[in-house]
Amino acid sequence: MILVETFQFNYNSIIKSITMKLLQLNSINPFKLKTMKTMKTSTFYALLTLAMLGCSDDDTTPEIINEDELITTVILTLTPDSGDQVVLTTIDLDGDGPDEPVTTVVGSFSENTQYQGAVQFLNETEDPAEDITQEVIEEADEHQVFYTISDGLNITTTYVDFDDNDNPLGVQITLSTGAASEGSLTVTLRHEPVKPNDGLESAGGETDISTSFDVSIQ
Amino acid sequence: MRLFALLLLLCCSMQSYSQDCNYTLQGTLQDFHDSSTLAGATIVVAQTGRAVQTDVEGNFTISSLCKSTYQLQISHPYCSTKVFTVHIPADTIKTFTLEHHLEALNEIIVNGNSSSRQTKTLFENTINQETISDFSGASLGDALNNISGVSSLNTGNAVVKPIINGLHSSRIVLINNGVRMQDQQWGAEHAPTIDINTAGSIKVIKGAGALQYGGNAIGGVIITQAPKIPLLDSLYGKTTLSGSSNGRGGVVSSRVTKSHENGWYTSLQGTLKRFGDFQSPNYILSNTGVFERTFAYRLGYNRIDYGVDAYYSYFRNEIGILRASHIAGAEDQVQAISSDVPLIINDFTYAIGNPRQDVAHHLARIKGFKKIKGLGRVTLQYDFQQNNRLEYDVRRAQQQDKASVDLNLKTHTLKVDLKSDISDNLTISTGVNTDYQTNYANPNTGVRRLIPDYTKYDFGAYLSGDYSISSRWLLEAGFRFDYTYMDAFKFYRKSFWESRGYDTQFADLVVQEYGNQVLTNPKLRFKNPSFTLGSTYNFADTYTLFANYSMASRAPNASELFSEGLHHSASRMELGDLQFDSEIAHKVSVTLQQKGERFDFTIMPYSNSIDNFILIEPTGIQQTIRGNFQVWEYRQTQAQIFGIDVDATISVFDNLSFNHQFSLVKGYDLLKNQALINMPASSTQNSLVYTHPKFYNLKIRLLSNFVFAQNEYPNTNFEVVLPQSIQTVDISTPPDAYHLLNFNTSVDVSSSLHLGVSVNNVFNTPYRNYLNRLRYYADDLGRNISIQLQFNY
Repeated sequence: MILVETFQFNYNSIIKSITMKLLQLNSINPFKLKTMKTMKTSTFYALLTLAMLGCSDDDTTPEIINEDELITTVILTLTPDSGDQVVLTTIDLDGDGPDEPVTTVVGSFSENTQYQGAVQFLNETEDPAEDITQEVIEEADEHQVFYTISDGLNITTTYVDFDDNDNPLGVQITLSTGAASEGSLTVTLRHEPVKPNDGLESAGGETDISTSFDVSIQ
Repeated sequence: MRLFALLLLLCCSMQSYSQDCNYTLQGTLQDFHDSSTLAGATIVVAQTGRAVQTDVEGNFTISSLCKSTYQLQISHPYCSTKVFTVHIPADTIKTFTLEHHLEALNEIIVNGNSSSRQTKTLFENTINQETISDFSGASLGDALNNISGVSSLNTGNAVVKPIINGLHSSRIVLINNGVRMQDQQWGAEHAPTIDINTAGSIKVIKGAGALQYGGNAIGGVIITQAPKIPLLDSLYGKTTLSGSSNGRGGVVSSRVTKSHENGWYTSLQGTLKRFGDFQSPNYILSNTGVFERTFAYRLGYNRIDYGVDAYYSYFRNEIGILRASHIAGAEDQVQAISSDVPLIINDFTYAIGNPRQDVAHHLARIKGFKKIKGLGRVTLQYDFQQNNRLEYDVRRAQQQDKASVDLNLKTHTLKVDLKSDISDNLTISTGVNTDYQTNYANPNTGVRRLIPDYTKYDFGAYLSGDYSISSRWLLEAGFRFDYTYMDAFKFYRKSFWESRGYDTQFADLVVQEYGNQVLTNPKLRFKNPSFTLGSTYNFADTYTLFANYSMASRAPNASELFSEGLHHSASRMELGDLQFDSEIAHKVSVTLQQKGERFDFTIMPYSNSIDNFILIEPTGIQQTIRGNFQVWEYRQTQAQIFGIDVDATISVFDNLSFNHQFSLVKGYDLLKNQALINMPASSTQNSLVYTHPKFYNLKIRLLSNFVFAQNEYPNTNFEVVLPQSIQTVDISTPPDAYHLLNFNTSVDVSSSLHLGVSVNNVFNTPYRNYLNRLRYYADDLGRNISIQLQFNY
C-alpha cells in the first residue's frame, strides 16, 4: 500500500512538471531562441525531479535472510534392547553452499540384533537449533522417510509410524541386522511423494534429505 | 517534401518519344484497410504533370499513355500521398490502394512515425492487427513465433520468451508503447509482461540498429505500438471473445476509443484471460492454469505540430507451473526424466496451486512533442514502471502462502529525442535518456535472495542519421554511448565467498559479517559504446537490398553477476561472477527482398560474433545434505552465431497463395570449440491460404509446422550416485523432430461481426520442444479447438 502511494505522488508531480513545461513551450514563438532556452530549462527541471526521486531512497543495508526451511543436520539414533547405540549424523551448515556435508558414524551394529531407530532433522543455523522433525510428523501425509540398504549389507528396516491414511512415515523404524557385513545405509526424506508407493524409485516428490552412511555389522 | 518528390520524379523521368502513345490506364482507387473506394483523389502523372480525379466510385482514366513506365502520385485528403510505378505495355486496368487516415494521430504521436521504419537499413518484420487478434488468447511470444528467425524459450506453455536469431532475455529490447520494458527479463522463466491485445501492430528488428531504443539489443528489438486514433469525432470499439477446448478457458478483450476533431482522444482497453489445466495429447498437465487481467488507459491531445499523450497500463498474470516439474536434486531429476509421463497427474481444475508465478506490472508514461521550425521534432518522455514478481514454491504447510521469490523492480526513465530533416535527403536523430532503477527483494520470503537489492543509474546518448544518395540508394549510420552504474547489496554465503577467493580479492567490499553469511556492497560501472552502419539499395523496380553492420554492447545483468545458490525451477546450483565485463556483439546482416506481382520473397543471412558472451554451463556436482546437485556456472567466451531466415509467398491463383518460411541458426563457443547450448532447432512453416472476399470474406488456412531435431548441442549429461546404482542424467539430448498441422478459417458474418475457428495440432501429435524448459517432465500441448468472435462497433 505504501508503495502505491509513493508511486502516485511521484507520478503526479512529474506529470505536472512536464505538462507545465510543455505548455510553456507551446505558447512561445518557435522562431525565437527562447524556445531552446525553455527546452533546456524544462529538461533541467525534469532531470532535477528525477534526481530528487533518486535521492529519496535511503542507503540502509538490507536485512539478512536465514533460510526458513533449511535442514542442516540429520541424526539417526539406533538403540538396541541391550548393548551400544549406533548414531549416524550428517551436518551441512552452509546448505546449498560449496562446503560438503560432514558424515559421522559412531558405533557399529552387532549381528542378529534388533534396533529401535529414530531420526531427527534440525536446522542448526538457528540458535537454539530448530527441530524440523515435528513439522514432518505434523504433515505426515506429505512426507516419507526412506531407508535404502546397499546390496550385501544384511540389514532390513520396517516402518513403525504411519500417517492418517495408514501409509508409512518413517521417523520411527525398527532395524534388524543379520550376519556380519559392510555397506551403505541411505536416509531419504521426500516431501509430497506419491503415497502409498513401492519404494523410493517410484515415489516421486521432492528430496529434502538424501544422505548415505558407510556402516558395518560386526 | 511532397512537392520536391514530384519535381524529382519529373526531372528524372525520361520520356520516350518514338513510341505509340494511345494507351489508356483505367484505375480504381481503394482504401487499403477496408477496400472501400476513394472518391475525389488526385492522380498526377509525374512524367507529364497531367492530373485527373477519381469519380464517386473511385474510378479514373488516363488516356494517351505511351508504352512505358510511369510514376503516378496519388493523393487524397484522408490518406498519405503515395507514388506508384506503373508499367503500361498496352491498355491497362489496375487497382491502387491508399492507406486511410493520414491524420491518424499515430503518425505524429505514438512513435515518431509508426508507419515508417525504425531503422532504414535493417529489414523489419511486422505483425498486423489481424494476426494479433488471432492470437488474442495466447501470448506475445506465441504471436512472434510466426515470424521467421523468431522462436521462443518456454517454461510450459504460458511462459513464452521470444528468441531472435538464437538470442533471448536481456539481449532483447522490448519497446511497449514507446517505453522500454523493465520486467526482470534476466530470468529464463520470466515472460514479457505485455498483453498482446493492447498492441495495434508489432515489429521485430533482428539486430541492434535501432539505437534510439538502446545500445544493448544484441539479439534484436521488439516494438509494440498502440492502434492509430483518427483525428475526427468518433466513438468506436472492438470486443473479442474466444473460447478454447484445451485449457477449457477463454479470453474477453475489449477496447473503446473516443476521438475528437479538436485533437483530444481517449482510449480504454481491458483483457481477462482464464484457463484451467492444459492438456497434452495423452494426459492433463496438472497445475498449468493461467489467470491474466490487464487494463490500459490512454489520454491525449494532438494538434499536428504539438501534442501530449499519457498512457497507463496494469498487467497481472498468475501462471501455474507444471506440478511434476517441482523437484529437488539430481536424484529427483533421474526419476522425472526416466518416467514417460509426469509423476503427478491430477484431475482437471481451474485452481492454480504451487508452484506458480504471480506477476504484476504497472507502466505509466507521459510524452509530449513539438515540431519546431528550423530545428525539427522534439519529443520529451517520462515513464515509470513497477514490476513485482512473486514466485511460490511447494513448501511445508505454514509457508505455502509465502512467496519464495518476491522482487520489486522500479524504473524511472526520462528521455529527450530530436529528429531533424536537415535537408531533403539527410535526416538526423539524436537524443539522451537517463534511467534510475531500484530492485528490492522482500526479506519475508525466508529464502535467500536470488537477485540482490540494487540501485542502478543509466545514462545514454545517441546520434544517428540517414542520407539518400539517390532515390534508390540510402546510407545510414549511428553511434550511441551508455554508461551504467550499479550499486548492489549482496549477501554471500561465507563458504562461497571464500571458495571463489573473493575474500582476498574483494575484501574492501565487505560491509559486515553475519554468522555464515557476508554482506557486501559491490559498485559496478560499465561503459558501453554501440555503433551501426548500413545501406539500402533498390533495383530492378521490385528488389531491395539491405545491408547492415551493428556493434552492440550489453552490461551483464544482476543474475549473471550475483547468482549464488540453488535455482529451484532449474533444479541446479547457479553461480554468477562479479568480475564480468560487457558483452560486445558484431552483427552483419544482409537482406534481399523482392516484391513482385505474384511472387514475394525475403532472404536474410546473418552473422553475429560476440566477445565476452555470457553463457551458463555445468561445471560439476555439488554434494549437499539434500543429495547431489549439478553446478552451473556463468562463464564468458567468444561466441559465433550465424544463420539464415527465408520467407516466400507465391500467389498461385488470385485467391490461393502458398507461404513458405525457413529459419536456421547455428551457434558455437569458439573457446571450447563446441556448440552453444539452447540454440533453436531449424524449422520450416508452410501454409496454403485460400481467400474468397466476395463470400463473406472467407479465409481458410492450412499450416504445416515442421521443427527439426537439434543436432548440435553440448553434452551436459552427468552421473549421479543413487542409493543403489549409478545413473547418467541425460539433460542434454534434444527431443525428436516433430510436425504439427494447424487449420483455421474465418468469415465476416457482417461488417461488425467476424467469426473465426481454428484447430491447432490437428492430429493431436505428442511432441517435446528442445527449448521448453519443462520438456524433461511432460509432452507439449495436444489438440486445441478454439472459436473466436470479434465485434466491431
